[in-house]
Amino acid sequence: MVDEIKTFKVTIDNITIDVPVGTTVLNAARQIGGDVAPPAMCYYSKLQGSGGKCRTCLVEVAAGSTADPRPMPKLVASCRTTVMDGMVVKNITSEKVKDARAGVVEFLLLNHPLDCPICDQAGECHLQDLGYEHGKEGTRYEFPRRTFEKEDIGPYIQLHMTRCILCYRCTYVADQLTDKRVHGILDRGEHAEISTYISKAVDNEFSGNMIDVCPVGALTDKTFRFKNRVWFTKPVDAHRTCDTPGCCGNTTLWLRGEEVFRVTARKDEWGEVKSYDGKPGWICNTCRFDKKKTSDWTIEGVTKVNRHSVISQGKYEGLVMPKETVQEVMGGRAPKLLMNIHDESEVNDPKIQLSEINGPAHAENFKN
Amino acid sequence: MQALTNRAQQVERKPMSLLERAYLPAIFRGMAITFGHMFKKRPTINYPEVTRPFSPVFRGLHILNRDEEGRENCTACGLCAVACPAEAITMEAAERSAGEENLYREEKYAAKYEINMLRCIFCGLCEEACPKDAIYLSETFAPANFQRKGFIYGKDDLLIPHPITEPEAHAKAKGGRVSLK
Repeated sequence: MVDEIKTFKVTIDNITIDVPVGTTVLNAARQIGGDVAPPAMCYYSKLQGSGGKCRTCLVEVAAGSTADPRPMPKLVASCRTTVMDGMVVKNITSEKVKDARAGVVEFLLLNHPLDCPICDQAGECHLQDLGYEHGKEGTRYEFPRRTFEKEDIGPYIQLHMTRCILCYRCTYVADQLTDKRVHGILDRGEHAEISTYISKAVDNEFSGNMIDVCPVGALTDKTFRFKNRVWFTKPVDAHRTCDTPGCCGNTTLWLRGEEVFRVTARKDEWGEVKSYDGKPGWICNTCRFDKKKTSDWTIEGVTKVNRHSVISQGKYEGLVMPKETVQEVMGGRAPKLLMNIHDESEVNDPKIQLSEINGPAHAENFKN
Repeated sequence: MQALTNRAQQVERKPMSLLERAYLPAIFRGMAITFGHMFKKRPTINYPEVTRPFSPVFRGLHILNRDEEGRENCTACGLCAVACPAEAITMEAAERSAGEENLYREEKYAAKYEINMLRCIFCGLCEEACPKDAIYLSETFAPANFQRKGFIYGKDDLLIPHPITEPEAHAKAKGGRVSLK
C-alpha cells in the first residue's frame, strides 16, 4: 500500500490541502484559489521552464516539512519551490511577504515608463494589477529611466522595450511553440533587451501568442494599436474551424458594435491561456490577425469578465434594444424630429471602418 | 373626526369691519410696500451687460488643454470617458505621424473627441480622472440651441486657442480662475 502515499499535505495561509508530489507551492495555492494564490509575473503554467525571475510570488515557509519543521531562512519563490509533506506556508498572512512584495513591485516599476494612458495593455495589464494590489504609492527612484532605440519586429507585433519587465515568457513561446526561434534576449543586467537578432522579423504562425503571454504592454497587437481602449470593446467568445495544426480556433473577439477590433486567445482566471483537454489553447496568426470580420466566426456569447475588472464597465447584461415603433404609429412616415447620431457625431463613423486598417490609424484615415 | 395634524385652522367668517370695507386703506398699504422697494438694494442685475462673478469651483463648458508650446495634451486614454457617469464623452485615437510633433505632445492623440452636452451633467469627474492635464471645465455656460445637433461638441469647439499664435484668445479661454492652492 506504499503506492497510495502520492499526495503531500501542505498548509497555506492556514488552509490545508492535499496536492500531488512535485507540485509547486504556487500551484498548490492556486488550487485553493482566491487571495491565497501569490501573484506571478513571469511564471506561466503552460510554458515549461518559466518562472523564478520576477520574484513577485515570494512566500514565507514557516515550517519546511513534518520531518524537518525548521522554517526556511529566507523568503522563497513559490513558483520554483515544490511542496513537502507538512509544509506550512504563509502568503498574505505574513508581514514579511507583504513588505518584500511591495519592494519587488517598486523594483519592477523602476524602469517602467508608466505610459499607461497611451499603452494598449492598460486595463488588462498584470503589472497594473500588481502595483494596485501589492505596491506602494510612491517611488524613491530619482534617476532617468532606461530607454531603448525603437525596433520594428514585424507587421503584427509592436515591441515597446521600455515597458518590458524581462519575464522571458515570450522567448519561451518562441522556443516551445514555433519551429525556429528568431528572437531572444540580448545583453545582460540593466542592458538586457528583447530583440530579434539582426532585426529579423518574427514570422512564424504562432508568434502572436507572445502578445497574450506578455504580462505588460511590451508586446502588443499592431492591428489593434490605438484603435480603442480595452474597456470600451466588448469581449465575446467565438470559434472557427482552423486548418493550422496546433491552433485550437477558440478565441475571444473584442468588438465595437459589429467590428472586430482584436482577437485574442481565451484567458483563464490566472490570466493565462485556457486549456482544452489538457492542451493549452494557443491560436495561430491567421486567426489572430487576419480574421477581422464577425462573419469569419461563430459567436458563442459574451465572455464572463470579473466584475472588479475595468473591462466589465459599460457592458449591460441582458440589454434588450426596444423596437422602433415611431414609424409604425405614424403610418410609415419617418419622424422628422429624431436625430441620427451619425449625422452629427464624427466618432464611430460608419464610413471609417477602423478594423479594416492594418495598424494604428493616422490623421489621413480620418480625413473625409 | 380627529385631525391628522394640528396645523388645520378654522376659516374666519366674520363680516368685514368698516375700515376693511372702505378698500382704499388696504390699497395704500400695498402701494407703500411697492414704493418702499424702490429704495432697497436691487437683487437682480442687467445680465448681458453685467455678469456675476463665478464661484472658484464653478464647472462650465469643457476645454481641451494645450501645453506651453501649443501641443495638445490629450492622448485619448479614455479615462474621462470611463469616469463619465452620463457616458457623454466619446473619442477615437490615432498615432502621431512624423512631422506632427508640434501638434501633439505624445505619440498617441485624440483624432476625434466629442462631448454630448445634452448628456453632460457637468460633474467634473472627467477633469479629475485626466492624467494628462488635458480637460478642464471652464467658466462658461453651454449656450442654448434650437436643435439637438448643436450640442455635439467636437474638438474644434473644445480645444483651447493656441497660446503662441492667439495669445489673447488663449488667455481669455484660460480665464481668471482663482487658484485654490
